[in-house]
Amino acid sequence: MLESPKELSFEATRMALDSAGLELKDIQSVVSGSAPDAFDGVHMKGEYLLDGMGGIGKPNQRVYVGGGTGVFTPIGGWWNVASGMYDTCLCVAEEKMSPLHPHPQYAFWSIFDQILERPLGTTLLWIFSLEMRRYMHKYGIKEEEIASVAVKNKGNAVDHPCAQLGAKITVEDVMNSEPICWPVKRLDVSPPSDGAAAVVLASEKVAKKLTDQPVWLDGVGWTLDTTHWTNRDLAYPEYVERAAWMAYKMAGIKKPRKEIDIAEVYDPFDYKELHHMEGLQLAGKGEAPKMAVDGVTQRDGDLPVCPSGGLLGVGNPIAAAGMMKICEVFWQLRGEAGKRQVKKDARTGLAQAWGDLMQVGTVAVMRS
Amino acid sequence: MTPGLSTRELMFEAASRAYEDAGIDPRKDVHSFVCCTEDFWEGISITDEYMPDQLGAVLKPLCTISSDGIVGLATACMHIMSGIADVAVVESHCKSSDVLNPDEISSFALDPIYDHHVNADPRFVAGLEMARYLKETGTKRDYCAQVAVKNKKNALLNPRGVHGANLDKRAVLSSKIAASPLTELEVSKTIDASIVFVLASAQKAKKLGNHTVWINGIGWSSDTPWIEDRDMAKAAYAEQSAARAYKMAGVRNPATYFDLAEIDDTYSYKELQSLEALKLAAKGKAGKMLESGAFDIDGRLPVNASGGSLGVGHLLEATGLHRVLEAVLQLRGQAGRLQIPTVKKALVQSWRGIPTATGAVAVLGN
Repeated sequence: MLESPKELSFEATRMALDSAGLELKDIQSVVSGSAPDAFDGVHMKGEYLLDGMGGIGKPNQRVYVGGGTGVFTPIGGWWNVASGMYDTCLCVAEEKMSPLHPHPQYAFWSIFDQILERPLGTTLLWIFSLEMRRYMHKYGIKEEEIASVAVKNKGNAVDHPCAQLGAKITVEDVMNSEPICWPVKRLDVSPPSDGAAAVVLASEKVAKKLTDQPVWLDGVGWTLDTTHWTNRDLAYPEYVERAAWMAYKMAGIKKPRKEIDIAEVYDPFDYKELHHMEGLQLAGKGEAPKMAVDGVTQRDGDLPVCPSGGLLGVGNPIAAAGMMKICEVFWQLRGEAGKRQVKKDARTGLAQAWGDLMQVGTVAVMRS
Repeated sequence: MTPGLSTRELMFEAASRAYEDAGIDPRKDVHSFVCCTEDFWEGISITDEYMPDQLGAVLKPLCTISSDGIVGLATACMHIMSGIADVAVVESHCKSSDVLNPDEISSFALDPIYDHHVNADPRFVAGLEMARYLKETGTKRDYCAQVAVKNKKNALLNPRGVHGANLDKRAVLSSKIAASPLTELEVSKTIDASIVFVLASAQKAKKLGNHTVWINGIGWSSDTPWIEDRDMAKAAYAEQSAARAYKMAGVRNPATYFDLAEIDDTYSYKELQSLEALKLAAKGKAGKMLESGAFDIDGRLPVNASGGSLGVGHLLEATGLHRVLEAVLQLRGQAGRLQIPTVKKALVQSWRGIPTATGAVAVLGN
C-alpha cells in the first residue's frame, strides 16, 4: 500500500470519529497499538504515529503485548475511561508490514531469545507448526478438519470491503496448497498486511448522549504466560483461559458457550481459531474441530465465529487485525454488518487476540 | 555497568526488594504488572515476552507501555482506580551497557523520510532546543552550566550518584562540545538499573504498612512528533502534563506548593526549561533563581537534590521511576545524607528524550 503508517492511522481515526459524530477536540485521551517497531524500522513507533492518531497535545499511551495488541488497545481505552480519568478515549491500532523485504517474517526473528533460539534461525512458522502438530496429536485431529476453518473464514471475507484474501475455496484446495512448515500449508496461514482500525470509547454518561445504540465494553481480560514456551503443553492455551475468565467474571458470564452469541476469535492460522475456542471455553478440549465441521461456527450457525472473515480472509496487519475484530463485533451487535450480518440475534459478542511467544491472551466482551 | 547480571536478573533483584519492602507475594497479591520498555533499547522485538518470569507474573495480567516509567505508574493507577487491581506493580529498566550504538538507535526515532537521512549525532535536536530556549528567554548561557555543577555536586551525597563530581562552571563550559552550545558535561550519561514500585489502593495500602507515599496527581502528554513544528523554546508536553496533574491534586500555586522537585535534567538546559513549564519559575527566571541558590539542596525548593540524571545517570525509559524513587525516599525520611528536613509534597517530572516531545508529571505526598 502507498499510504504511510501515519496516513493509515489518520484514515482509521477519521472514520471512527465520523462514526461517533465527534471531532478531535472532543477526545480527551488516546491509546495506540502497533506491533514490533522492526516492521517500520522506526524507534519509538508510538511517538512517530502520534499525529496520524490524533495524539498531539493529549495524553497518549502505547499499549503493547505483541500480537495481542489489537484487542488490548481498546482494553487500554477501557481503563482510561473506567478509572474516571477521562470521559472519551480514542483507540487506534496500526500496522504496516509491506516495507519489510524480502518478507516481514524476518522481523519476527528478533522476538526470539538471543542466546538459545536466534542461532537456530527460528521463524514463527516453525513454532506454530510445532503447536499445530501437538494439538492434532493430543486430540487425534485431522488436517482436513482444521482446513475447514480456512474455507469458512476466506469465504466470509468475500463480503468484507477491506478483505485481502476473500475467496470461495474448498478443503481440498487447502490440503493441496504448498506446505510451508508441515503441517502448516500456505492456505492455513494468514498473509502479512497493511492496515489500521480505530474505535472511540466513552463513559456511560457521554455515550448515552452520543448515541441511542451504544455498544458496551462489559468485560476485559489479559494474561501472559512464561517466556519459556518450550516448557508448556502447547496443546492447550491456558493463558487464553485465564484472560477469558477475567473478562467473563467482569461481564457476569458464567456459561460462556451459552451466553456468547458471536465470537471474533484470533485466527492467524486456521488451527488457532479452534485452539482459542477451547481456551475461551466456547468448546471442550479437542472438541472445536467438530463444531467447525458441523457448521456451528458458520454465520448462520449457533455460534458464528469470525463472521468478518478473520485474519485468514481479511488479512493480518497485526495490531490492526485485532482491532478489526472489535469493529466487527461492534457492527454485528448494532445490526450494521450488512452482508456479513449473522443470522441469530446477537446481543453478546467476544473478541480475542493472542501473541508473543505463544504466550499472551487478550479478551474483550461486548454487549449491545 | 552491570556486566555480571542480565536484564532479567536485574529485574529479579529489584522486584524481590520491592516485594520485600511492601510485604507482598507477587503470585498471590498482585493483580496487574506494567513494564515500560522500548523494543530497540532492548534489542528484542515484543519485549513483554521476556518480562513475566522474573517478576513473579507468570499467568497474570502483564503488559508493556512503550513510554517513560511515570506513564507506567499512571497505567497502574488507572488499573487500581477502575477496580481491576488492588495491588499493581510497575517496572522499568535500563541495560544500556548492552547497547553498543545508542546514538544510532536514537536516530532511528527521527522521521524516516525527512530527518533520519541527516546522519548526524541525534543530540543536534538538543543543541537546537537549547539555543532557542536561551534566545527566547534571555537566559544566560552560564546558568545551564550551573545546573550541571549543582546536580553533579548533589550526587556526591547519593550512594547511587555514580556521576557525582566537584566541578566549577568553567570546567563544564570548556568540556567538549556535544551539540553546540551543549557540552559533554551538560549531557547525562546512561547507567544500568531496574526499578520496581508496588502500588496499592488506599484501603489496601493502609494494611500494608506505615511508609505509604501517595500519588495525589498524575498527568502525561505529547507535543507534535515533528521537530520542525515545535516551539523549541518551551516544553509544551511538561506544561500540559503538569496542568493535568496539578488539577487532579488540587495544586493551585505550584511555585510555593512543593518541598522538593525531581525533574528532567537529561541535558542541563532541560532543568531550567522544565522549571518554567512546571510553573516553579516564571518564564525566563529559572536561571536567575538557580544562581540565587533557590534550587540548592538547602534552598527554598531543592531541585534534583538526588543529583538527577546528570549526577546519577540517565535510565532511558526508567528515568521517571528513578526520580520517583528519589522522591519516595525523601518523603519516607529514608534519604540518608541527602535527606531534606520536612518533605511533605514532592513533584516528579520526566521526558522521553530525543526526538520526542512526550513527558509525564506526578505529584506525590506522604
